[in-house]
Amino acid sequence: MDHSAERSLSTYLTGFALAVVLTAIPFGLVWGGLLTGTAAYGVIAVAAVLQVVVHLVFFLHLNLKSTPAENLFFLGFAAVLICIMVGGSLWIMMDLHHRMM
Amino acid sequence: MADTSLASNVLEHEERQSLESREFGFWIYLMTDAVIFALLFATYVVLSQNSAAGPTSKEVFDLRHTAGETVLLLLSSLTFGIATISMVAGKGGRVVQWLFVTLLLGLGFLAMELIEFRGMIQEGAGPDVSGFLSAFFTLVGTHGLHVAFGVIGICVMIGQVLVKGLTLPVRSRLVRLGLFWHFLDIVWIGIFSVVYLPGVM
Amino acid sequence: MLGRLTIEAIPLYSWVAMGGAAVTVAGGLAVFLLITYLRAWKVLWTDWLTSVDHKRIGIMYVVLALVMLVRGFVDALMMRAQQAIALNSEGYLPPEHFEQIFSSHGTIMIFFVAMPFLTGLINIIVPQQIGARDVAFPFLNSVSLWLTAAGAALVLVSLVIGKFSTAGWTGYPPYSGIEYSPGVGVDYWIWALFVSGVGSTLSGINFIVTIVKNRCPGMTYMRMPMFTWTTLCISILIAFAFPALTVVAAQLALDRTLGFHFFTNGDGGNMMMFANLLWIWGHPEVYILILPAFGIFSEVVSTFSRKRLFGYKSLVYATACIALLSFTVWLHHFFTMGSSANVNAVFGIATMIIAVPTGVKIFDWMFTMYRGRIEFHPSMVFTIGFMVTFVIGGVTGVLLALPPADYLMHNSTFLVAHFHNMLIPGALFGYFAGLNYWFPKAFGFKLDAKWGIRSFWFWIVGFYLAFMPLYVLGFMGMSRRMEHYADPNWQPYLIVAFLGAVCVLCGIACIAIQLYVSAKTWGSSRDVTGDPWNGRTLEWATSSPPAEYNFAVLPEVSDIDAFHDMKIKGTAYRAPHQYEDIVMPKKSALGPILGALAFGLGFAMVWYIWWLAALCFALCLVCVGIRASDDNTDYVIPAGEVARQENERLARLTPADMHDMRDFLPRGAASGSVLQGRV
Repeated sequence: MDHSAERSLSTYLTGFALAVVLTAIPFGLVWGGLLTGTAAYGVIAVAAVLQVVVHLVFFLHLNLKSTPAENLFFLGFAAVLICIMVGGSLWIMMDLHHRMM
Repeated sequence: MADTSLASNVLEHEERQSLESREFGFWIYLMTDAVIFALLFATYVVLSQNSAAGPTSKEVFDLRHTAGETVLLLLSSLTFGIATISMVAGKGGRVVQWLFVTLLLGLGFLAMELIEFRGMIQEGAGPDVSGFLSAFFTLVGTHGLHVAFGVIGICVMIGQVLVKGLTLPVRSRLVRLGLFWHFLDIVWIGIFSVVYLPGVM
Repeated sequence: MLGRLTIEAIPLYSWVAMGGAAVTVAGGLAVFLLITYLRAWKVLWTDWLTSVDHKRIGIMYVVLALVMLVRGFVDALMMRAQQAIALNSEGYLPPEHFEQIFSSHGTIMIFFVAMPFLTGLINIIVPQQIGARDVAFPFLNSVSLWLTAAGAALVLVSLVIGKFSTAGWTGYPPYSGIEYSPGVGVDYWIWALFVSGVGSTLSGINFIVTIVKNRCPGMTYMRMPMFTWTTLCISILIAFAFPALTVVAAQLALDRTLGFHFFTNGDGGNMMMFANLLWIWGHPEVYILILPAFGIFSEVVSTFSRKRLFGYKSLVYATACIALLSFTVWLHHFFTMGSSANVNAVFGIATMIIAVPTGVKIFDWMFTMYRGRIEFHPSMVFTIGFMVTFVIGGVTGVLLALPPADYLMHNSTFLVAHFHNMLIPGALFGYFAGLNYWFPKAFGFKLDAKWGIRSFWFWIVGFYLAFMPLYVLGFMGMSRRMEHYADPNWQPYLIVAFLGAVCVLCGIACIAIQLYVSAKTWGSSRDVTGDPWNGRTLEWATSSPPAEYNFAVLPEVSDIDAFHDMKIKGTAYRAPHQYEDIVMPKKSALGPILGALAFGLGFAMVWYIWWLAALCFALCLVCVGIRASDDNTDYVIPAGEVARQENERLARLTPADMHDMRDFLPRGAASGSVLQGRV
């Protein structure tokens, strides 16, 4: 990590504000029962992914230019593997579930 | 005299390099931890409908409680961030203050989680009741365990800042602890998005 | 106070088990007495056990692997003997004991032979190959070693106190659940895996950082030796695959100890998830074992063909491809679980695709040998034996990758033959090649070649005799892990397989004799230059055995075959203008202490001795805390001392010791002057 990276209070506050909004949306949605079914899951998922990105950028100071390439590589590699492992597991187990019904 | 200063120069150079390696190594450790959580999430999703004879997720989750925990954890990320800013500015006293605030928020989160767990177990929804509850307690409990380790880490770092001041190794350790703390907040996003919100829908 | 540990834990139930326990205890005692007799405890503790030097840690890993190889092989021999005689009879092993043996054989061979062997070779060589003075985290390296040793100790102790798992090395539930395996066996298995798995994960992280951060000037990624490349790839695999093992072992432990329902029959458990998670780790694990061997073969084939490695880039890309693809095929271990045709087809095709980069490698090695000046050093002979044998295993693997064919062969001895056909030539032969190749680097003298060649012939003939019959038996319908059987047609094949195992026993004996003979005559086979084979990569630039700091001055690299290039240019063996102070890590007793605490924790968890488990865990945290607050972990070797050691080494070198590189000079160069310039 680059210690001299821009780490001002405003970065953290911006990140915090965005995170609060992105948390409030799915909570409000489920609380108020505004959406149901696939649409609700979709909004929750999109808000979660966006918030993860917000945390990475504003709290972990991820930056395509200043973050070392190897850190980015391992983050990307982990993301790909997590998709393969989780996606594969769910696919396999759901498929099995349907065949056992 | 010249000899010792040369030796300390070599040591300092080596130290800098080694701290850089440590931060990179810690980053990889976080990725492996992310894989652990990912697989616990996968297990949870597979087992989440298997409540057997026990209660379902709708009956045991309380969204207000979850919202409270989320607020505490998110605030603690902010306060840790402020501690980091103070560290860059070289203000040791400020660092200790903000770390202390973070510590309280972390302890508050842990207390809320323990209250939730105790309530569930008392209502007959312990981890030995069904596959769903086993997966729930393991996933959320593993996150809680990480927060507990983070809390211990914060205590150790408060001590180190007070005793050693903001030396190079201490700063590096603070940066790594910060990565860990923010990482736990990211995992929590997954937990309320995958476990609690869909669980009450 | 002692949980479920009672006097009943001592294995009095069969004479064979009692004998095993007696041999284990006697062996431990003999080692203890020998060290005491030699008054070597102090040296052992200060120079070895607490050392954080990557070369010594590597040697200790290899010693652990060889000891466990003997134990794992005795299991194999006992199984072959049982099956050779158990036609319509019970043989000499009771069923429960036979089950323990096949479970411990697999567990030991994968976790405590293959893993420490490859980790040991990597430890000794990789830092030298990249021109570094040590790994990135020397202390962590020592912790990894002692966690692995703690896991191995748990398996060994299970022989004496209690029983080992009877659930096979994969430990599938529900059989491995508390309902069907109420004893301590499965717990021993879980905790041995858990403890050593944490050690492996830390090693993986350590070597990723070492290779990414500690390369010497000029060593770009595309100039790294193949062994370093394969190490980088498997370190990434370790770091990302072992968490899956951690998760699945923890979940099974929770099921067994606290009554959770991850994999139980009822109450919402899903045992298929165990197979799924286990193989998410398990398939990459296969490549973790094999890829380093591929790296060793690449180094050996190039050195002993006296040629640059053919298709270096294609080998690098093939390795990276295999590493990534290894995460996409895990379902082929449980095609028969009942997934739909689409799922099976996707994973079957992905499996077959892996054969492509592997084939690329075989061709690269063959083209390296083509028109080379091949020298039949034992390591080269192991390499050639591997290439021929491994292709057979690969072909049977592609056969098993077809889901319909797999339905017939699943759990038959055909499968057993297939994976031994991959792992014995693919992994073990590679490690033996590495042992013969790098032994002088670690110890300063060469291994006896004659006994090396003999061990090879016994191993390869033994391998074919032991496993080709198993392919046939698989087609004849024999399942794996049978304690006795009723089909008289099987027995001749099983007897041949037993003879094969006896042959392999001779191979192991040859290795033991080779080590003994070489150690006895070490004075006549010393390696003065540090470069006994006219090697091409940087590890041969150091002395044998290397100084603690490996390189007095960090080398600068401008070619893939860095040291070969230096020898031609005449820049090798030159004293620098001046030496500088060198910073090295201090030794630490915390490594072995943490290992002992991890062993105590595992043992306590196996026997439900809760207070001991809590105590060990708390002490582990204290140790970590002590280390984390210690800012004084390095010391300085003054430049004068470095100069003294280096000058001593250079003074011993004579021109006659050095390799004549005139043949390798670019055309038209004045060969004589270059040769002189080097001296």
